[in-house]
Amino acid sequence: MNHKVLMCGNDAMSEAAVRAGCRFYFGYPITPQNEVTAYMSWRMPEVGGTFIQAESEIAAVNMVFGAAAVGARAMTSSSSPGISLKQEGISYLCGCELPAVIANVVRGGPGLGSIGPSQADYFQATRGGGHGDYRTITLAPSTLQELVDLTYLSFDLADKYRNPVLILSDGVLGQMMEPAVLPEMMDGKLPPKPWALTGARNRLPNVIRSLYLDVDLLEKLNLKLGHKFREMEQQEVRFEEFNVTDAVLPPRPAGLSRGRHAPAADLILVAYGSVARICRSAVRRLRQAGQRVSLFRPITVWPFPYEPLATAAERAKALLVVEMSMGQMIEDVKLAVGRCRPIGFFGRVGGCVMSVEEVVQEARKALEEVQ
Amino acid sequence: MTTRRPIRPVTREGHPKNPDPRPRTPRRRTAQGHANPPDPRGRQVFGKPASLKDVPTHFCSGCGHGLVHRMVAEVVDELGIRERVVGVSPVGCAVLGYDYWDFDVSEAAHGRTPAVATGMKRARPDLIVFTYQGDGDLAAIGTAELIHTANRGENITIIFVNNAVYGMTGGQMAPTTLEGQITATTPAGRTLEGCGAPLKVPEMIAPFPGTKYLVRTALNNPRNISIAKRCIKKAFQCQIENVGFSLVEVLSPCPTYWRLSPLDALKWIEEKMIPYFPLGEIKVPN
Repeated sequence: MNHKVLMCGNDAMSEAAVRAGCRFYFGYPITPQNEVTAYMSWRMPEVGGTFIQAESEIAAVNMVFGAAAVGARAMTSSSSPGISLKQEGISYLCGCELPAVIANVVRGGPGLGSIGPSQADYFQATRGGGHGDYRTITLAPSTLQELVDLTYLSFDLADKYRNPVLILSDGVLGQMMEPAVLPEMMDGKLPPKPWALTGARNRLPNVIRSLYLDVDLLEKLNLKLGHKFREMEQQEVRFEEFNVTDAVLPPRPAGLSRGRHAPAADLILVAYGSVARICRSAVRRLRQAGQRVSLFRPITVWPFPYEPLATAAERAKALLVVEMSMGQMIEDVKLAVGRCRPIGFFGRVGGCVMSVEEVVQEARKALEEVQ
Repeated sequence: MTTRRPIRPVTREGHPKNPDPRPRTPRRRTAQGHANPPDPRGRQVFGKPASLKDVPTHFCSGCGHGLVHRMVAEVVDELGIRERVVGVSPVGCAVLGYDYWDFDVSEAAHGRTPAVATGMKRARPDLIVFTYQGDGDLAAIGTAELIHTANRGENITIIFVNNAVYGMTGGQMAPTTLEGQITATTPAGRTLEGCGAPLKVPEMIAPFPGTKYLVRTALNNPRNISIAKRCIKKAFQCQIENVGFSLVEVLSPCPTYWRLSPLDALKWIEEKMIPYFPLGEIKVPN
């Protein structure tokens, strides 16, 4: 039965994973994701699953590898320094084409950093992160409800593509409490996994491997993976526009070039995750003050919504990227928009979170430059 | 018919060692699980176990891996567990285990082998899960995974092939390299000062209540080979009967990086390795 609960983000994510059929959770304590290990430690046995507090993040992700290899739905979670340790395992999961879910409740870095929220792992999450040529679908929720929904979805995506899926949460989302409707418990029927190691009964032996000493064979694997990543780029792009779509362009008069056509929004903020909800409040405030400001929010930061953002940018005079980093997603925004619009940046780092007021001020500055 | 697939010539570190595999005659699996049925005229007394593929080996001459591969395959056949056994091969010379064993096998990242096996066994307790690891994989990079898997008492079996050297990467010092032994990274011989003493793995984990069956064997003569196989079988039985964690260390020759002939390598095991790594059961189930 669907029911609305008030939980902290880490707990809600854990419960969504359980309801998505995850029965094997392996983790290692690190702040700010400790609620996940604590929740799973009692919840997993309750639903007939297994929880292991592993000796390290490295062991945890490799236990996930083992459980995934025999066909189970498995998950691990950590925060930034721990995710760096898991990157070896994530690379192997990709190379061996094993489905798994890895949640990163991002905190400030580099090094041991802080335990405050951050978005400094954007590059690591969206560019593979470990060694070798691979990508992982990376889901960046901005509310608890979305965290629940995307966690539930992540297991299906992982199975669909036989590829690990990353959930990019952060210290804000993990720790905050907010009501969310939980999905129903899945029926326990996992998609068929004929490749899994279940004992070679009435079939050829299955092999899980990423080692190909013959370079031609490895190239074949790389091409196969590349094809899969292109498919993800075509099918899994998710984003949200806030006050962008309602600013519809009037039909362009014949003969008038696009550049001279009056834009419908003066400024589009681009933000994801918990920063996007701060920006949403800023947009509301600016709209009330009569400013034409919109928000574009990638939900999948990989695959990044390049085309939709480029289309949205056509409706605006300028863009302002807001991140809890020194500027990482802005590179994707530049790839999407090119040089046709000025792109500003505002970031807070080290575990500091920007206020709505700060975003409003930065947006006003950006607006002054284009008006 | 057995299930076989053609494999490409196996190369070692990029140097083709074997020509194209010779065409083989198809084999049949008998009720006893042996691929080569006994000759009706009573001539054939020996054949490959059904769980071992009929393929050329990539291992160097005199290497012990082929023997241990075979012993594992024989034990799997004898226990009738081919259809529920899953192997985890390490990073190192034995990484290509799946080219030889005719059952489900996964690779693992270097040293993470026991963690991968833990995930498998927890998710599917009905499977018989074993890892096959060298000294570098088990006792150097994978020490944390080994110790905690053993301490948790995971119901898995570890086959630990100790040849006192890193073979795959060119004969560097291993955690089990003997004092004075010359390797690519100890050109003047291993010294205890600076390198530490060679690790005795079963002794190290014997105090853990989670470990149930720990034994050290060697491949230096037919008698010890026969004992090694019996121990491997006992270790698998230990898992089948849910007794718990088992580990079989096998002292195995590496003539290539010991710079010895295959026969001298066997002597070296007897004269150098066994005095430091004493053979026998270190821990047996109550």
